[in-house]
Formats: sequence, C-alpha cells, structure tokens
Amino acid sequence: MVCVMSKRNLSVKVAGVKFPNPVIAASGTYGFGEDYNELYPINILGGISCKGLTLEPRNGNTPPRIAETPSGMLNSVGLQNPGVDAFIEKHLPFMKKHGNVVIANFAGGTIEDYVKTAEKLSNTNVDMLELNISCPNVKEGGAAWGGSPEAAVKVTKAVRAVTKKPLMVKLTPNVSDIAEIAKAVEAEGADCISLINTILGMRIDVKTRRPILRNNVGGLSGAAVFPVAVRMVWQAANAVKIDVVGMGGIMTAEDAVEMMLAGAKAVQIGTVIISDPYAPLKIIGGIKHYMNVNGIKSLDEIIGKCEIY
Amino acid sequence: MYKCGAYPVIEKTAISAGIYSYEILCPEVAELAKPGQFVHIKIDGFTLRRPISICEIDHKNGSLRIVFEIRGQGTAKLTDINVGDNIDMIAPLGNGFNLPPDIHPNRRVVLVGGGIGVPPLLSVAKVMKENATAILGFRSYDKIILAGDFKQADAHVIPCTDDGSVGFHGAVTIPLAQELAKGDVDKVYACGPEPMLKAVIAECEKSLIDCEVSLEERMGCGVGACVVCACEVKQKSPSDDSAVVHTMARVCKDGPVFDGKVVVV
Repeated sequence: MVCVMSKRNLSVKVAGVKFPNPVIAASGTYGFGEDYNELYPINILGGISCKGLTLEPRNGNTPPRIAETPSGMLNSVGLQNPGVDAFIEKHLPFMKKHGNVVIANFAGGTIEDYVKTAEKLSNTNVDMLELNISCPNVKEGGAAWGGSPEAAVKVTKAVRAVTKKPLMVKLTPNVSDIAEIAKAVEAEGADCISLINTILGMRIDVKTRRPILRNNVGGLSGAAVFPVAVRMVWQAANAVKIDVVGMGGIMTAEDAVEMMLAGAKAVQIGTVIISDPYAPLKIIGGIKHYMNVNGIKSLDEIIGKCEIY
Repeated sequence: MYKCGAYPVIEKTAISAGIYSYEILCPEVAELAKPGQFVHIKIDGFTLRRPISICEIDHKNGSLRIVFEIRGQGTAKLTDINVGDNIDMIAPLGNGFNLPPDIHPNRRVVLVGGGIGVPPLLSVAKVMKENATAILGFRSYDKIILAGDFKQADAHVIPCTDDGSVGFHGAVTIPLAQELAKGDVDKVYACGPEPMLKAVIAECEKSLIDCEVSLEERMGCGVGACVVCACEVKQKSPSDDSAVVHTMARVCKDGPVFDGKVVVV
C-alpha cells in the first residue's frame, strides 16, 4: 500500500516551470512567506506568488480594508507594498531560500511603471512574473488595464518586450467576455494566465449608513466566488492554448480538483489561508488522497478533463 | 513564534451584559504569551477570524483568559462555545507591551483603559501589582468590568464613568493628568477607543512621560501577511535623518501595541 501511494506524482509544469505540487499561495494573502514560515516550512507549497509589487513603495488605502461577507470577504488593501527594490533586497532572498517556485506579482499605474518594474524583476532569480492587470482597489492602473482587450494587449506587449522570464498574466473577472481578454494576452506572448482576481463588491453598515470599507468598494473573495471562478477558468482554458492557473474561492482539496477539471494546470489559494493557516497542507494532502482513492497517477489525468454536456 | 490549534475552554462566565470571559487551557500558547498580545479565533460559519486581546496569562496552569464583548454576528456566535468545547485559535500574536524589567518600589506605571479596552491591561496589572495605578473608564455603573480583578492584583484603581454613576465623573484624562503631576510615574499603558487614546497620548506628551497604546483594527490573517489591518506611523526618512515620513504599519504584527510618539491615532 505504501508502495502504491508513493507512485502519485503531484508535480505540474506551468509555462515550462516545474512546481512540486499544484498548490500556490495567491498574491496578497501570504506576504513574502516570512510570517507563515514561523508555523510550518513554506516549501510545502508548490509556489508562492508574492504581495503585488509596484515600482515605488505604496502605503495602500485608509482602513478599514476588510469586511466579512456571506461565505467570503471583501478587501481593499490598495497594493500596500515595500516597492520592487526593497522586495529584491530584503524579501526575495528569503523566498528563494525557504520556498519552492517564486512568482513575483507586480502592478503599475502606467505602462512605464509596469515596464520598469518588470525590468528590475527580470534581473533577479525570481522564477516567474505575474502581471497584475486586475487589482480592483487602486484608482489608476490595476484592473483598468485588464478591463478591455485593448488595454490588456498594450501592457502585456510592453512587458513581454522587456522580459524573458515566464510571464503569467492575472485577469480580472469584472469583464463581460473573459475568453476575449485571455486570447488577447495570449496573442501578445503571455506564457500563461491566472484567474480570477476578486470581484468588485460593497457592504454598507445599516446602523451608520456608511460603507464598511473606507474605500467604499473592495474585492470579493472566498467560497462565495468559487462557482464564478470555475466558470471563468473553464471558459478561458477553452479559449487559449497556453497554461491556465485557476483561483477564486478554493477552500478544500475537492475545490482544487474541480478547478483542475475545469482546465487549471495549477491552483492558487488565498482567502482560505486567512481562515486557516494550515489550509495549504490540508489541500495538498487532500489532492493526494483523491488521487489514491481514484487511482490517479498524474494530475494530467484530471487537468481539463471535465466532460461537458 | 506562534501556534495554531484547538484548545479547550475550561471556564466561561458572562461578566456583564454582552461581555464574556473564557479561560482556555493552552500550555504551549501560555508559555509564549506576554501582556498586550492577542489571540485570533476561528468562528464556525465565518471566513474571518476575530482578534481578541489576552486578559490574563496563567503560566502555572498553562491557561489564558480572554474577555470580549458581543459586537456582531461573529462574536455572538463565539458565545455558543461552552466549557469543554475547543476554541480554534492562532496565538499568541502581536508584539505586546514593553514592561519595565524592574521598577523602584516608589515608582509607578499608570494603566488607562476605556470600556472593552480594559481587559488587556489586567495582564499588565498582574505583573506590576502595587506599582500599577489603573484608571478605568466606563459609560456608567452597570458597564464596569474587571475593577475587582485589578484590585485583587493589588493595583490602585480609579474608576471613572461618563454619567458619574460611580467613581470619577468624566474623562479618564483628568485623573490621568492628576496622577502624572505627582511625578512618580515611569510609563503609561493605554487601551480603549481612539479619541481616548489620542487624549492620553497628548497628556503624556505634555508631561514628557512615555506611553504605549494598544490599537484595534479590522483584521485579516493576524500574522502580518495580508497587510489589511494598517495604521499610520511616523518614521525617520530613510534618505534624510532629520525628516519624518508617514508609513503604514501592521496592527497585527508591528502592533497592536505602539509607542505613543510614533503612532498616528
């Protein structure tokens, strides 16, 4: 029995980069891995996508920046980060030393910001870049770049021109045709896409008649968005040939498997880690269990294998 | 260093209307805990954990006491937990108060608490004992909590109420100014609503006495990763030593206790 279990292979390749397992910490919920390495070795994860980086340090939005919602949460952090230079100097060495695959998520207000940040990251040993054109919580840039195929094309093209690193483009769900955007960034040389970022939402305190978030609106994540994420990953995966990384409300190993059936080669998890820091371990263990029970040797046997009606 | 696990509740009391006290048996957490830190509790059916300050640390029994108020659906649901049930928590978290390693018998620290900000100061009183003066502010007589516990810890207690129904009639800052004027206070520790903290910081600045304040903010991960619970702090500019810049600190990891001179409340 032990011998049979050891045959399960959890490794996946995304855009040519090998991950020891398909579970990646999503940008924004895991910082740079330092805070969770106090609880368990962070190399248990297949990879970590770091907190979204910008060219200059950012203070982010005024708090409160988080609110509970039915089966989820809203956040409006607003890309608070130490800036790309401080990341390279202070945090990247830790991530490379203690983690597996290091994905540098980055955002910008202008094309020039995106390009300069990508150039700096390209001169480091990060394994992959994640071009964030989907942050809903900043006034300029962020999702403004991912909202239309034209803007998405412009920024992807400019970043592609300055980096040879594997390039993942993170898409926003706040669009009417996800397949169109996915195809547009594929055509500009994206090596893979990741989706979904959060869905724009709002909550109002009925006592004070004020929004709970100081930013008024924020990004919805958690179990509530999962079916939307599965649908969009499925639509995007069917529209492009490049690899797709699925995320959005994955809470359990079953959810991760479901996302892979929809076409995701790997998954990112975020909100569930805020609820349960041990979630990555439970989800990886659960995927292994699913493979054992169903006699699956390699994840290729389930990726994109949803049989549609 | 923190732990994440499920620990049994060994005592539960409703100490006032809508305010509960739990004693949790968690030797591995109690061993690490210090006054001013907090626990981050998972509540069934909710995505976000709820941060609750540590009220007492019993190193001998390996237990922690927390005291919290029902604020919304999450904290209301938390009161479903009874003696013998487990509490799922990440703890101890945050930096905690910097207590003087030793204090001259004739010197004191002053603790200033407002409402549900009072509980974390009890863990300080337990350490500082007769060298602590606790100025505890409440809306009215029926809202007073833990005053007896502070007395039992040998702290000198000055109760205050907004309506004058018991103790000093008015804001905690008036007795605070009187205590500071006596000239034997080394440090002030405060926790309570923001306007109170602001006034306490101003009073301490006037008297040139150090103070530490414990902040509250809506929180995400609790361990410093998600940068949701931010507060503004003053810092020396990295490029120009004489200039001061304002940056955002994490209440959960860089706090919840901040130097009154550094934090912008």
